[in-house]
Amino acid sequence: MPSVMINRTASGDLSLYVPKKDLEEAIVSLEHEGPGRWGGEVTLADGSRYFLEPMDEAPRLPITLRARRL
Amino acid sequence: MCAMKREEAEALIQEVLEVYPEKARKDRAKHLAVNDPSAESAKKCIVSNRKSQPGVMTIRGCAYAGSKGVVWGPVKDVVHISHGPVGCGQYSRAGRRNYYTGHTGVNAFGTMNFTSDFQEKDIVFGGDKKLEKLIDEIETLFPLNKGITIQSECPVGLIGDDIESVSKKKGKELDKPVVPLRCEGFRGVSQSLGHHIANDAIRDWVLPRRDGDDRFESTPYDVALTGDYNIGGDAWASRILLEEMGLRVVAQWSGDGTMSELELAPKAKVNLLHCYRSMNYLARHMEEKYGIPWMEYNFFGPTKIAESLRKIAALFDDKIQEGAERVIAKYQPQMDAVIEKYRPRLEGRRVMLYVGGLRPRHVIGAYEDLGMEVVGAGYEFAHNDDYDRTIKDMGDATLLFDDITGYELERFVQRVRPDLVGSGIKEKYIFQKMGIPFRQMHSWDYSGPYHGYDGFAIFARDMDMTLNNPCWDQLKAPWKKAAAEGARAA
Repeated sequence: MPSVMINRTASGDLSLYVPKKDLEEAIVSLEHEGPGRWGGEVTLADGSRYFLEPMDEAPRLPITLRARRL
Repeated sequence: MCAMKREEAEALIQEVLEVYPEKARKDRAKHLAVNDPSAESAKKCIVSNRKSQPGVMTIRGCAYAGSKGVVWGPVKDVVHISHGPVGCGQYSRAGRRNYYTGHTGVNAFGTMNFTSDFQEKDIVFGGDKKLEKLIDEIETLFPLNKGITIQSECPVGLIGDDIESVSKKKGKELDKPVVPLRCEGFRGVSQSLGHHIANDAIRDWVLPRRDGDDRFESTPYDVALTGDYNIGGDAWASRILLEEMGLRVVAQWSGDGTMSELELAPKAKVNLLHCYRSMNYLARHMEEKYGIPWMEYNFFGPTKIAESLRKIAALFDDKIQEGAERVIAKYQPQMDAVIEKYRPRLEGRRVMLYVGGLRPRHVIGAYEDLGMEVVGAGYEFAHNDDYDRTIKDMGDATLLFDDITGYELERFVQRVRPDLVGSGIKEKYIFQKMGIPFRQMHSWDYSGPYHGYDGFAIFARDMDMTLNNPCWDQLKAPWKKAAAEGARAA
């Protein structure tokens, strides 16, 4: 359960940062991005996948969350 | 003279690795690479931030060096206690040349060494009582201190002293920040973890002190200058440029910095981050908690400075953008004169760099402004994200090396024969004896500043002074030189 930081990059895409691994990677897909539900499965540009506990509202970014590796 | 081809560079790496036993070779091979600027991520080509191999010469420091030496040390009005045996504090005292203003011993303590000087009895019975006594003594002798940090050395962690409880107690008693740092030297693989620990301590023990305190009158042009340690006056040379373009620098982290500047940084509008490696943790934290965006910039060499000034200005309104153009226009003629003078003397020379966690990539622009080429670069303690940034700045088929060993660096330099090597004091004399000009790129070889426009003029002069020094023609004994020349004539 690494803690990860989700951020929006200058180009408007989402990125995920894992401090422990110094991994900063673009998010290619996020399961729930729409209003009403946010989170779920995250796929990174390098192919690794994480799971974020879905939230009711899209949070203010950047935000640090606990994620599960899939 | 021209750069190596990719196959040559790869062959060189293989050749250097040959002497190692198989296991060590396998490990070291992951840390040496040939650059490919088109690669998107450094992860596939180089491994970094791993434990050094036992038995090889590494140039790395420890977590205490990262915390006390790098991040906290330059905070001048705070007393930094080297908690543990006397040596760590004494041998690192005042060696970094992070300049500050103030009266040492009265209201500034930068070059002083405070230590709890552990003896056997402190190891056996614990050092907490001694620490309390020490803090009281400091308060009596140096009442103008604005806080105290407790920088743990190895034994403190080994015997399990509770410096946090002492800090809490004394902090309440003195009504000053007393910050415990668990930066025992054995933690982590290099000083990089020390930076992280120091950042976390600022996050937990310093920044919250001003949460909800809005007495500080901020302006829309407030910025915090972070990750600049004022080596030889670097931060000052950077600060004047920002102020000239109309910004107000409310905090300098941590070169020539103070405790109140640390506390005030969350009131700034933007965090300007020079040394990404040692302060990105705090920049990210402040972005999340206080909503302050952060930006990396580079103040080495006129090309990068102009680029950075425009990038910084773009975050503000027209007034600042005009200011940036004004500053660039003002200094550009001076810089053109510097380049006109030194470029013909330095053009085409090749440089190899091995420094800490930032400079190998940041100074590339400055060397390019002088017509020089960086043919190899490596970091002591960089992480993946640093190499991600480096591969784009370095030329194709140049050498990249992570936590290079003394032997590997020597062999690389012997074979590549760069015209200049830039690294630290421990490497300096080896390469000078090999007949290769050398500049210390940690301490600017007791020169500086190198940041900003003023710094570039000094940088160019120093490179010329080193490279074109007549001593490099005197390396051969006169009788051997005569013989060599005779042989050539015959």
